[in-house]
Amino acid sequence: MPTLFGPGDSIDGFTIGDRLHAGGNGYIYRVAPPAGNDPAFPLVMKIPGVGPGEPTLGVVSFEIEQMILPQLTGVHVPRVVAVGSDPMRPYLVMEEIVGDGLASMIARAPLPPSEVARIGAALADAVQSVHRQNVIHLDLKPENFILRADGSAVLLDFGFSRHALYPDLLAEEKEFAAGSAAYVSPEQLQSNRTDLRSDVFALGVLLYELATGEPPFGEPATYAGMRDRLWRLPVPPRKRAGAISQKLQEVILRCLEADVDRRTPSAAHVAFDLRHLDQVQLTHNADLRGGARLRRQARNWWRARRGGLLPTNPAANARAPVILVAVDTEHPDDGRHPELQRAARAIIALNAEFRLMLVSAIRAASLGEGERIEDSASGKHLEHRFRLRTWIEPLRVSPSRLSLHVVESAHPAATILDLATSNHVDLIVIGAPDPGDRALAWWRSVAAEVTAGAHCSVHVVRVPERGKLWEAAEGGSPAGASAADTPGQQRPA
Amino acid sequence: MRVALLSDIHANLEAFEACLAHAATRGVDGYALLGDFVGYGADAVAVVETVMRMAAEGAIALKGNHDAAIERSESYFNEPARAALDWARETLDAGQQRFLAQLPLIAERPPAFFVHASAVAPQRWDYIDSPRAARRCVDAAGQTHTFCGHVHEQCLYFGTRNGRMGEFRPQSGNPIPVRASRQWLAAVGSVGQPRDRNPAAAYAMFDDRRLEITFFRVPYDHHAAADKIRRAGLPASLAYRVEAGI
Repeated sequence: MPTLFGPGDSIDGFTIGDRLHAGGNGYIYRVAPPAGNDPAFPLVMKIPGVGPGEPTLGVVSFEIEQMILPQLTGVHVPRVVAVGSDPMRPYLVMEEIVGDGLASMIARAPLPPSEVARIGAALADAVQSVHRQNVIHLDLKPENFILRADGSAVLLDFGFSRHALYPDLLAEEKEFAAGSAAYVSPEQLQSNRTDLRSDVFALGVLLYELATGEPPFGEPATYAGMRDRLWRLPVPPRKRAGAISQKLQEVILRCLEADVDRRTPSAAHVAFDLRHLDQVQLTHNADLRGGARLRRQARNWWRARRGGLLPTNPAANARAPVILVAVDTEHPDDGRHPELQRAARAIIALNAEFRLMLVSAIRAASLGEGERIEDSASGKHLEHRFRLRTWIEPLRVSPSRLSLHVVESAHPAATILDLATSNHVDLIVIGAPDPGDRALAWWRSVAAEVTAGAHCSVHVVRVPERGKLWEAAEGGSPAGASAADTPGQQRPA
Repeated sequence: MRVALLSDIHANLEAFEACLAHAATRGVDGYALLGDFVGYGADAVAVVETVMRMAAEGAIALKGNHDAAIERSESYFNEPARAALDWARETLDAGQQRFLAQLPLIAERPPAFFVHASAVAPQRWDYIDSPRAARRCVDAAGQTHTFCGHVHEQCLYFGTRNGRMGEFRPQSGNPIPVRASRQWLAAVGSVGQPRDRNPAAAYAMFDDRRLEITFFRVPYDHHAAADKIRRAGLPASLAYRVEAGI
């Protein structure tokens, strides 16, 4: 039987101090680091509960956490300092996260809608960060989130998680539905542990609780009670807390869709929606009452009863990228626009599910004679917004997948990079000048700077040098012919 | 110590050398050669010579069913396989044939157990092609980490609480923690004749200190290996299998 250690004991140089927590997922002690090996932040040791009266599942959960947590990096997970190598004395030493537990915030719910959006976006950031690292958490609940003083969220307890590149040690434990009753997704109840969107569902439950003070499906004690969520629609949050806007309700309910293919496709999209509520498109969720509500519940119930396992679409699960296209609306007649549109069209055609951000970084407004600041700035914004809408129109992107951003900036590259980072952008599409084009050096520096500084892929679009090709083929280029060949002049943007 | 696990080389010298070179860049400390050095391919002599040299330097070398068939032909081989074995029997010298004949069927280096096919009656050459077969194999092996070849596809089986085994298809180059708190069985894939429609050579590396296993796929000049098979006058289907990875 593995040994359980206690305060005063020492293991591999770590001296065990006070017990901070005892629960189903094991014991947590404060520990002092080995002499001369201080990582300079406070440490805790996690030890699984073993022995008589402890669930054997705790040992498996601990093994999973030992496997996954050390692989994760970034500010949204605790840093791992040591992993016990002796299978008979398992332990995990990690950074102690200092901050407010999400549980204490939910205890104060309902919170003002702006708080719900702010906290919710921070939670979604943390979830997106682990999703990017091939991990689905599968047990999101208030006890597993801590919010640091700077507002960012840290995700704890990876004992039920799944790493795409590792064997799933819980996959064969069929008698057990991982997750906590109030938060578990419909597909987890059906033993599906492969869908990132299961975490989106749990995020929806947390948002709902923050906004209304109550969990949307209660806290059922039985499996049959949990299965209700396969078809039952939650009471619309606005019915429980009037201050919630239609748009916030829309975001919450879309996370809670029982059908994964109707659910918000990724945590990044949830974070995006919560940060840009003004751009959220209302759907049937906005006004879900009376007959419409009953009809949808009946349809869900019938499908859940008949189908057993809800169909999930692995292709949609694979990627639901956020794509940022930088559009130079200050030069609407530029020859690169059709090329940029063509690239954007090709890229979105490759993705079943996506979010498209159109960004125009314009130079700070210069005032004309007798103009007031407000008039000139807002007028300029409206004009560029209109140009963005005109630009995207031929691509026929559904408004629910599209957002328009006009940002005034003295440093367009830095602005684009900031937007990309804070919105979990997966791909930036940006135009670059022709190598010989000196007149538009401004663009060149933006494309170059964005490419160098981006944390994601960058698709740099250039107009092919038709003139040069013509010369090579014909041994001379009539100026008129090559100009007429430039796509920008045939199809004005 | 990091042990490179190479199985089912099948007289494919190009694939074998590519894997050895790859392992050398990954800090390999030792080798376990899990059998089937001959059959199918056109370089039986060169491959067996290399194996003999490595075994003399301390590598584990086990007998596979194709190696066993050099001394005693078996009726269960299909026509092309038998042609390649007949050819190998003619080209290998007496010393090389004696080397193959004296190879052991299993090797045990706690916590690891090595076998070509299955630890359950190794000379029966049973395939580990299901979690049930994997369970029988690890029970017979009696170690936490069992390594086998023979099935020509990479797979990692792991013990579960209910006494069964789970099955996982690994991705190349990703170290997987295999802690001693449960039983593991790794089918390491085939160096010389992969059968998952990917012609890249397959092998794995076990780190017995960190308790990690990494599966690898190593692209090599499989067209050259296939050409040699054709030039040796062996059945064309064998060349095609190497090219297509089937």
